[in-house]
Amino acid sequence: MMAMNQAVSERGDVEALLPWHAAGTLSRRDAERVEAMLAADPAMARSFEIVREELAETIHLNETLGAPSARVMERLFAAIDADGAPPRRAASSFDLVARVKDMLSGLAPRTLAWSAAAAALAIIVQAGIIANVYLGPRTYEVAGVQQAAPAAPHADALIRFVPQATTAEVTKFLDTHHASIVEGPMTGDLYRIRITVPGQNRQDVARVIEGMQAEQAIVGFVGPAE
Amino acid sequence: MLRIRGRAMRSIEIHSQESLNRTARSRNKSTSRPLGATQSTPDDVLIERIAKGDRLAMQVLFARHHVRVYRFVLRLVRNTAVAEDLISDVFLDVWRQADRFEGRSAVTTWLLAIARFKALSALRRRPDEELDDDMAAAIEDPADNPEVAVQKKDKSLILRQCLAALSPEHREIIDLVYYHEKSVEEAAEIVGIPENTVKTRMFYARKKLAELLKDAGIERGWP
Repeated sequence: MMAMNQAVSERGDVEALLPWHAAGTLSRRDAERVEAMLAADPAMARSFEIVREELAETIHLNETLGAPSARVMERLFAAIDADGAPPRRAASSFDLVARVKDMLSGLAPRTLAWSAAAAALAIIVQAGIIANVYLGPRTYEVAGVQQAAPAAPHADALIRFVPQATTAEVTKFLDTHHASIVEGPMTGDLYRIRITVPGQNRQDVARVIEGMQAEQAIVGFVGPAE
Repeated sequence: MLRIRGRAMRSIEIHSQESLNRTARSRNKSTSRPLGATQSTPDDVLIERIAKGDRLAMQVLFARHHVRVYRFVLRLVRNTAVAEDLISDVFLDVWRQADRFEGRSAVTTWLLAIARFKALSALRRRPDEELDDDMAAAIEDPADNPEVAVQKKDKSLILRQCLAALSPEHREIIDLVYYHEKSVEEAAEIVGIPENTVKTRMFYARKKLAELLKDAGIERGWP
């Protein structure tokens, strides 16, 4: 009884695979199972003939559906041209070592030497300042009297640079607009930049952002950040 | 090389099963459908290039697959203008999201999954599923036309009419398996259902087809 149930179940399983066997999309193992059953079972072979008829007519039906007109391609590539290069996803993890390596490998040997010298000088100056703070003459201050220097007025914006923009162009662009990157890259290759605006009112910010938008060779998108 | 040529041949005469299996096995080694030297770049390589903004790679991928994607969508939405708009959108999504393709499935499976999603969204916006003239001409019952009524004796023609009369769900699974040559696993991925449900749905689609044929006077002895 159990063997009979197994045989019925096997037959049902194999019958369910006939459409895929006809289309040639079964694994070798399943295809061999089906072939063995077809050789042994005339009723299954008849079912397979029906499947093959369906396959042939489905192909025939689809092939008579024709093809889309040329306007599809024209429309697609017009949209692609308007879209620009496909956006690249931001790296999933922040690999500082890789970034530094990339940056250094992009520098010319002479530039690299000057950079190393500048870095060494900066370390010496910094060491001098620290030594002066700890070892120099002490003065007394009244707690609470000293006020923090007022922060320069600024506004934040979100920006995406075009992929073709070079580091030099981006640096020059940021200098020109008195801006600096404070965060990023975020999703969609966006960066948060801080713009130092003289008056810090909305019109001034809008004017600076407008000026940035005009530089389309460098900027893909820019807008005020909330 | 065998694949597309083989498909055209099969509409006239189906190859022996062994040769079909050989074709499928050789096809499974690559995701591309080579026709010759001009189509030798595998689809997944094209997708990598598209992710880097290679417009030419996009043209090659479009040329290679747009007709099949169009037919898949057309069978679902049954309107040529809507189908054309949708395939533009499908390939525009490919351009925009190429870097998200992880290569876990064939590119054609990914394309059909995007196409299906867009077609179903379009159908939800247009629930009455209007037929356009071209599509209607391809599938309508021509009972009033005496000339075509004679043709109706042709079993193949009736079978195709019954295939066209299936529900969208049944049309879809039949097309994916028979025309787009998708395996159980790939069909499951495109439709978003378990593999066993794919087999069950295919069974019921074929059963419904048998019922429609029976109503049209063709008894096939199955199921």
